[in-house]
Amino acid sequence: MTKQFTKSIHKALKNQNLAGILDRWNYPTARAKAYEGIDFEALRTQIAERKGYAADHLDDLAERFKKAAESRGAKVFRTSSPQAVKDYITNLCKEKGVKKVVKSKSMASEEIHLNKHLAENGIQADETDLGEWIIQLAHQTPSHFAMPALHLTKEEISDLFSKEVNKPLSNDIQQLVKIARKELREKFLNADLGISGANIAIAETGTIITVTNEGNARLVTTLPKIHVALVGLEKLVANYTDAIPILTALPKSATSQLMTSYVTLITGPTPNDDGSMKDLHIILMDNKRTEMAKDPKFKEALQCIRCASCLNVCPVYRLVGGHVFGHIYTGGIGTILTAWFNELKSTEDIQGLCIGCGKCKEICPGKIDIPGLILEIRRRLAAKQGLPFVYKSALSVINNRKLFHTMLRAAFLAQKPFAKDGFIRHLPMFLSGLSEYRSLPTIAPVPFHDLFKKIKQPASKTKAAFFSGCAIEFVFPKIGEAVVKVLNKAGIEVLFPEGQSCCGIPHWGSGAFDMAALAAAHNIKPLLENDVQYVVTACATCATALKKEWPHVLQGENMDNLVPEAEKLAAKTVMFSELVNKLIEERKLTPKDGQQLAKITYHDSCHAKRHAGIYKEPRAALTAVGYELKEMFENDTCCGMGGSYTVKQPELSMRMLKRKLKNIESTGAEYVSAECPGCLIQLAGGLDKSSSKIKAKHPAELMEERFK
Amino acid sequence: MFTQFKVKAEAVGSEVHRFDTKAEALDFIEKFLKEENIKDAPGSFALWADSPILKGVDTKALAKKYPGLKFEVTRKLAKDAKVCITQVDWGIANTGTVAQDSTAVDQRLAAALPWIHIALLSTDTIVADLPALMSRMHPSRNRYITLTTGPSRTADIERVLAIGVHGPERLVIVCIDESGGKK
Repeated sequence: MTKQFTKSIHKALKNQNLAGILDRWNYPTARAKAYEGIDFEALRTQIAERKGYAADHLDDLAERFKKAAESRGAKVFRTSSPQAVKDYITNLCKEKGVKKVVKSKSMASEEIHLNKHLAENGIQADETDLGEWIIQLAHQTPSHFAMPALHLTKEEISDLFSKEVNKPLSNDIQQLVKIARKELREKFLNADLGISGANIAIAETGTIITVTNEGNARLVTTLPKIHVALVGLEKLVANYTDAIPILTALPKSATSQLMTSYVTLITGPTPNDDGSMKDLHIILMDNKRTEMAKDPKFKEALQCIRCASCLNVCPVYRLVGGHVFGHIYTGGIGTILTAWFNELKSTEDIQGLCIGCGKCKEICPGKIDIPGLILEIRRRLAAKQGLPFVYKSALSVINNRKLFHTMLRAAFLAQKPFAKDGFIRHLPMFLSGLSEYRSLPTIAPVPFHDLFKKIKQPASKTKAAFFSGCAIEFVFPKIGEAVVKVLNKAGIEVLFPEGQSCCGIPHWGSGAFDMAALAAAHNIKPLLENDVQYVVTACATCATALKKEWPHVLQGENMDNLVPEAEKLAAKTVMFSELVNKLIEERKLTPKDGQQLAKITYHDSCHAKRHAGIYKEPRAALTAVGYELKEMFENDTCCGMGGSYTVKQPELSMRMLKRKLKNIESTGAEYVSAECPGCLIQLAGGLDKSSSKIKAKHPAELMEERFK
Repeated sequence: MFTQFKVKAEAVGSEVHRFDTKAEALDFIEKFLKEENIKDAPGSFALWADSPILKGVDTKALAKKYPGLKFEVTRKLAKDAKVCITQVDWGIANTGTVAQDSTAVDQRLAAALPWIHIALLSTDTIVADLPALMSRMHPSRNRYITLTTGPSRTADIERVLAIGVHGPERLVIVCIDESGGKK
């Protein structure tokens, strides 16, 4: 990470306007209300199919669009080059004597810095979308592509407007809006040419659809005699009815409205108010979109409908806003678009902002695996440039459990001066940042594999292999002990295959897929060796590897021969709480009678909920044994740990933790539980540092003594 | 269908009125123009764009009765209009939307520029949803289709809702059961 980038994050964190605005909006709730009664999965599947089809047929659809629009009298210009777009528009302006241009929102024009180019050619272009006009006056780029000026306060906007109209103005938002109406109305009426974007372009009919709440697109396409629509190729769909699912989802996902105030469908020129016909030009701009469509992985990103909902739910975007992304498109999808519209290298820093929590993937109406594609960027960067030496060597060590063990023993001895009650609260010098808001866990004196040998288990026909993962092995061996104890109560004998090592997720998450595949290959055999009924993990991150990612990673790294075994293993793997809940339901585990236990709150680890799909089971099991569950606000929002993220992005990680702790505290619970040792490290450390009475516990610890 | 339309339209700030007959609707509009103090002065005009419902209406007499009410829509007049009246083609029940073929420029000027837009709608043209509407309107027949859902709005400053940023502040939908002038 460059120093400059760290600085820009630091600066962004000082300004929390945007976070406050997003909080007041409460997007997740508003969005859910807008989608009431709608089958979102079915809707987004339709969008993904239709936009996916378009991505596969971009060239064909562009030609069909051109033909259809031209047959209605529009002029259509197709180009792959941003420069050609700029030249086309300036030439048109020169030819028609255009001096004044009004624009409704077009991200494609932002992408190619059109306004700057027009200004250099003596043409004044005024943005008319209120947010776009504000950032134009502020000489900034949009921080959010649905609401471009979301980062500015009414006070800042009042200052900008005051300068523009040359008189002091109040901070009253309603009045500021009326000032904008008055100023911009004059510009609409005097403009020679209107530039719009398009939300959808229909190949079948040559129609462009614009969606606005303010009504500026109607004015831009009605008042000036010339209309230029600048359309990115990804806006194409094949047929008229393909617009239905997009128009259904876009307002709901973008602004939590059932429908945007104005939707216009323009097909060919219409009359001007002086009796002439509109001079309608439609520019279909490629700028790397065709290249993107040819990439088997990134083609998916063309399914984006530009609703920006991935920004609204992103725990990192909330903290840093849009400008740290450095280019026009911001947030998760912005990182992906920047990698293509600019270049892969330009995302070297910003790809590291994604913690991979998967929140955006859940709500994307284009069904785009945004974190998956950012990870793919990371993989390509790692493959191209290699990982930084420190990470690479650290990851190699983790893959070699013997060496890892030796090093951790050394660390165990070295930590002694700083450790107390299982926590490290202060570290000297450059390491101090790591323990500023969160105590660190100490390395356990006896690792799990040694502890395990001393556990006396009754022999049984039903056997389960336990995959401990690094955190339970070295930091929380007691969780492993609790797992064994509970499963023994159900008559299951637990085996601990000695050959196991790291699950490979740290490597995978760093983009080193080759090392992740090696980790998978190393583990599969010992885990399947004894023909066990279950492979149990009590770690959500390991569950992600065993249950889900190993087959893909092996396939991707040309280790196809191991895929069937990996799939067999995936089918056998259960998370601890998942298995316990099943055993309770099958009456193989019986909770002790009449227990009224403490009030707990449950934190959904990102890996458990959104990768492994396990979130109902731990709640069911914990309440079955007698705990009282009190849900926290944002129970499935990331705690900020994210494996190495907490080391690479400590400031962001700590901010996320702070919010999580606040939500935990407000429940008044005695314990917070999570089936993820990574989250527990973060949560327990944060609770300890803030001297909270709440303890972070694994479900296995909470259930250890609760069965007959 | 009407009930759902009304609920959804009002939820986004539209005003919805329903009348049995064309005569009652015309009465309502006359009263409305009086209340809004329509005058023959810039800023106070009321413009009525070409509408089927006007068939058989003595527009000259109306214009005489309400100075400032005009039955022509130009850029100059629309710029200074307080109220504009258009007749729309369809309503969408589940979003409270009105839809119009606004290829004719007077319809667009009248719907986009004034402070108040009155949209006349035959109650029996309210359809269930967007797919139903799109099966009735098609780019091959309708060059410029406008779907309007509530007044012009923005939340671009601090996510605070403000009404009437570029288009009308008020959208008044007048539903008529027997319009006698269905488009």
